[in-house]
Amino acid sequence: MTGTIILALTIGGLFACGIYLMLSRNLIRVLLGFLLAGHAINLLLLVSGVGGVPPIVGEPSNGEAVADPIPQALILTSIVISLAVSTFLLAMAYRNYQVTREPEVADDLADSEYAGSDPSGGQE
Amino acid sequence: MSWLLPLAVILPLAGAGITLVASRRPRIQRVISLGVLAAQLIVEFAVLVQVNDTGPMVMHIGGWTAPFGITLVADQLAAFMLVVSTIVAFAVLVYAISQGMADESETPETPVSIFHPTFLILTAGVTNAFVSGDLFNLFVSFEILLTASYVLLTIGGTRERLRAGAPYIVVSLLSSLIFLSAIAMIYAATGTVNMADLSVKLAQLPAGIVATLQALLLVAFGVKAAIFPMSAWLPDSYPSAPAPATAVFAGLLTKVGIYAIIRVQTLLFPPGSFGTLLMIAALLTMLVGILGAIAQSGVKRLLSFTLVSHIGYMLFGIALASQASLGAAIYYVAHHILVQAALFLGAGLIERVAGTTVIARLGGLAAAAPVLAILFFVPAMNLAGVPPLSGFLGKVGLFEAGVADGRVLALILVAGGALTSLLTLYAIVRVWGRAFWRPVPEVTGLEDGRDALETESGRPLAVRRRAQREAQRRITSEEAARLPIGMVGATTAIVAVGLLLTVGAGPIYGFTDRAAASLLDRNVYVNAVLGSGAPAPPGASGTDEGTGGGG
Repeated sequence: MTGTIILALTIGGLFACGIYLMLSRNLIRVLLGFLLAGHAINLLLLVSGVGGVPPIVGEPSNGEAVADPIPQALILTSIVISLAVSTFLLAMAYRNYQVTREPEVADDLADSEYAGSDPSGGQE
Repeated sequence: MSWLLPLAVILPLAGAGITLVASRRPRIQRVISLGVLAAQLIVEFAVLVQVNDTGPMVMHIGGWTAPFGITLVADQLAAFMLVVSTIVAFAVLVYAISQGMADESETPETPVSIFHPTFLILTAGVTNAFVSGDLFNLFVSFEILLTASYVLLTIGGTRERLRAGAPYIVVSLLSSLIFLSAIAMIYAATGTVNMADLSVKLAQLPAGIVATLQALLLVAFGVKAAIFPMSAWLPDSYPSAPAPATAVFAGLLTKVGIYAIIRVQTLLFPPGSFGTLLMIAALLTMLVGILGAIAQSGVKRLLSFTLVSHIGYMLFGIALASQASLGAAIYYVAHHILVQAALFLGAGLIERVAGTTVIARLGGLAAAAPVLAILFFVPAMNLAGVPPLSGFLGKVGLFEAGVADGRVLALILVAGGALTSLLTLYAIVRVWGRAFWRPVPEVTGLEDGRDALETESGRPLAVRRRAQREAQRRITSEEAARLPIGMVGATTAIVAVGLLLTVGAGPIYGFTDRAAASLLDRNVYVNAVLGSGAPAPPGASGTDEGTGGGG
């Protein structure tokens, strides 16, 4: 039982840290947050299945329970997707740095238009 | 015939691969993309005809039967959405190709070579979302189309697009995380991710757990469908993308979210559950969206807000969960895909002709570009729900369903819907009146100032201004005459298909009504996937949950 409680706390902690980081304007922090939250989900997927001996073809030797392979397949897919998205985020962070020379995302120029300061300056 | 289903997904994916390899040969890219989408459209028409005749079409990938393998399913709703979405994707592709070819001579270094593969992957993701029969496959399709949309939104990597893309990407990532957690918890509770299987097994769970799972899924899909209060990302990010990308996002991406909500609400969870909450969300989405639209100073932002606002109508239909309301909602989804895509393409044409989409600087376009004036006017009136166009028919269907429902909240929503419709008319007529109908506005303040200084020495101010305005009008007319035929043709085609929805309203509405009927009768879907000889295994979820796939 303690195992599941520790896992639950770990998942919750990873989620909290990950989502906190994703709320930042710094794209590298967003990436790190996304990775942490991704790990949280992978753990969550892992505990959604039943544990046991490896699900290899053939009968388990002494009647033990066989591990559920589906969550593992789901985790594998989720890792691949995380990889693709992380690559994109890294490319975007680098491009953003090239354009703005800052790690953070730029201000919205059109916002000044709605603040009423410069009605003609904002592009759509 | 069920091999048609994977074909509809594989075609654009294969096309994406080929166009990526041929990224230095734009002519081959164009031929492949157009050919692939045309073939996909034919396949989907065949699916639609087949499904209409014989009921849901099911394909078990790799021969693994339903609860274990990946299942592709097309019922009437899915087949209908497939055809409408591919029509829009095809027209938008023609528009984009025409725009790209026209621009190529001016800016050869534009990185258009990734446009074709990304666009085709987006189409594949949308198609896969409509035909997927299990939740995890739906998640994967969402990721496919979202990742493609990240690339399309930030294409070119300019400062403004990166700025607009960042919130969109973070919000989408968060919603994907919520969706995947929901899937993990659903799997933990039931031991399956197959939707037909879930339909049987979720009914055996305690109500509290089911409500939690449903809430998680609704939040995840609500973000994608841009339902208030999870809609703020949309008007912020869409306007800065290139016109074809915005058109296809506006037409398809939010509707994939709506499709997912229809699917889980009708198939997985108790009928009409969360109805009150969804109705309140629908009302707020309509009103907040349209009030935002009225305040906008740019055409594209205004259109983005009307997009959010009209999602409320579809949500209203889903919340009522009767056959009439769902049928009207499905009809409205098709109408809205076509109209919103046409309007965004029209906005792209306005930008091309007048050089801006800021309403204050537009004017005199009706004289300069009469064809464009009509092309924008028809979908604008359609969006506002002016009779006898399809927007009117869809709204009447929803209002009738609301009155038939009889709850006080439903009646309030009918009133709110009518008000939103009127406000939409106001917002969109304001755009049309200013951009097309009024004379060319006085040009910028700087030149005015110079005019004032030079008045004494030169000609009188009024004469100079008239000459200036005349020159402006002539430039605009020349730009309008130079509009590429493909861009105008593609926009015309979407407007025409939108009108077809009005002309053929009888049979099409009948079809969506039947689609709604088969959505409400879950056995149609469940039996098609699990086989009619496999009824609910009672008590099976308790003991062998999760171990079924082992060995």
